[in-house]
Amino acid sequence: MKGQEYLRNVVTLELDSDKCVGCGLCVIVCPHRVFEMGQDTAVIVDQDACMECGACGLNCPAEAIDTKSGVGCAYAVLKGKLTGGEADSCCCDESDSDCC
Amino acid sequence: MKTQRIRNLSFIEHSGRKIPKVPAQLHLSDWIGTAKVRCGIGRMNYAVDPGLYAVGDPDGDSPVFVSANYKLSFDALRKELGGLDGWILVLDTKGVNVWCSAGKGTFGTDEIVNRVGIVGLETIVNHRRLILPQLGAVGVAAHKVKSGCGFSVVYGPIRACDIVAFMQAGMKATDQMRQVRFSFYDRLVLLPVEFVAGAKYVLFAMALFFIMSGISARGYSSGLALHDGVRSMFNLFAAYAGGAGIGPLFLPWLPGRSFSFKGLMAGLLVGSVLALLGLVGSGAEKVAWLFLVAAIASFVTMNFTGASTYTSLSGVKKEMRVAVPLQIAAAALGLGLWIIGRFV
Repeated sequence: MKGQEYLRNVVTLELDSDKCVGCGLCVIVCPHRVFEMGQDTAVIVDQDACMECGACGLNCPAEAIDTKSGVGCAYAVLKGKLTGGEADSCCCDESDSDCC
Repeated sequence: MKTQRIRNLSFIEHSGRKIPKVPAQLHLSDWIGTAKVRCGIGRMNYAVDPGLYAVGDPDGDSPVFVSANYKLSFDALRKELGGLDGWILVLDTKGVNVWCSAGKGTFGTDEIVNRVGIVGLETIVNHRRLILPQLGAVGVAAHKVKSGCGFSVVYGPIRACDIVAFMQAGMKATDQMRQVRFSFYDRLVLLPVEFVAGAKYVLFAMALFFIMSGISARGYSSGLALHDGVRSMFNLFAAYAGGAGIGPLFLPWLPGRSFSFKGLMAGLLVGSVLALLGLVGSGAEKVAWLFLVAAIASFVTMNFTGASTYTSLSGVKKEMRVAVPLQIAAAALGLGLWIIGRFV
């Protein structure tokens, strides 16, 4: 999305192509088109577009993808810091942005 | 959780069971409900009963679409299914939309396996296939659903409005259907809720500044509070509107990548306009408002990361490490200067 690129070189996404079985599910589930199918395995083509939602890793049957997934929400991070808990997806309740 | 009544519900007989059938057309009350929720009214309590529903005239070979029990998600799906015959399996996501509940795991593998069992889906349909909204993948492991209940998962498009095209293409989604967007309109409909979310803090700050505006070297004067206080309240509200309105709406066009920086830009814009209108006073107070407006707008826009569709947690943490100390410093400096301005 033009004008909607977030910070560079911060994302925790890692793909172990030795483990990848080439099922292509990560290509399907990624909402930011981070993956493409290469020769036999998936490849990361746009690392910085990743929002660490974790869908790819969760759906990878070979456990070839590693992300420290979470919700990129400043309010949740603040709340986590103030209450001593981990950043949770709590403020997500305020967004309905997946509806058409 | 109290659930919403679905208008014009009827029942169909299938496999010796009575299954509720929902119309694909929304009732006027559904639209009113949507409008209210968009304004933040009763948003946390807008659920439908989980379970199996029919749309059109489905049989044992009809597709099964999985949805959340947030009524906005459910309505978005059934409205788009007009003309298709199918089943909707509504999960118990505690009245939260698909993406957000998937992030929490309530729209998840366990709930699907559980719900398929509760409604006895294997006695309703001959096939063993569930069509999920793509964003549900954040909480669902397709291979574990398969091993858990025997149904395989097909990830459909992100947006319900693409579902018919997806089905007609033989359950193939285009690249565009698989990509999340965050258009001007998407951001616009989020604004009222965002505005309401922080309103109580802003109203509190406005009241505080109104009262404090009466302070001067000559003691307290309610006349002064009225004269300067209204201006102060307006400036605070303008700063908030800059952070919660201009920041989100003009997100792609504001310079910088971090939301706090974009918010700072929105704040500087608002501050300049206030200065041009002669609303920021003079001397120390003028500088004070610059810092206060910038800090508030930056902070408020930074909090829009949670509503956005593309910020990563790692990125948010990184920008906050820099931005939050600066916002606190600017706000403290601004407040200090503003108080000094009352006495000089």
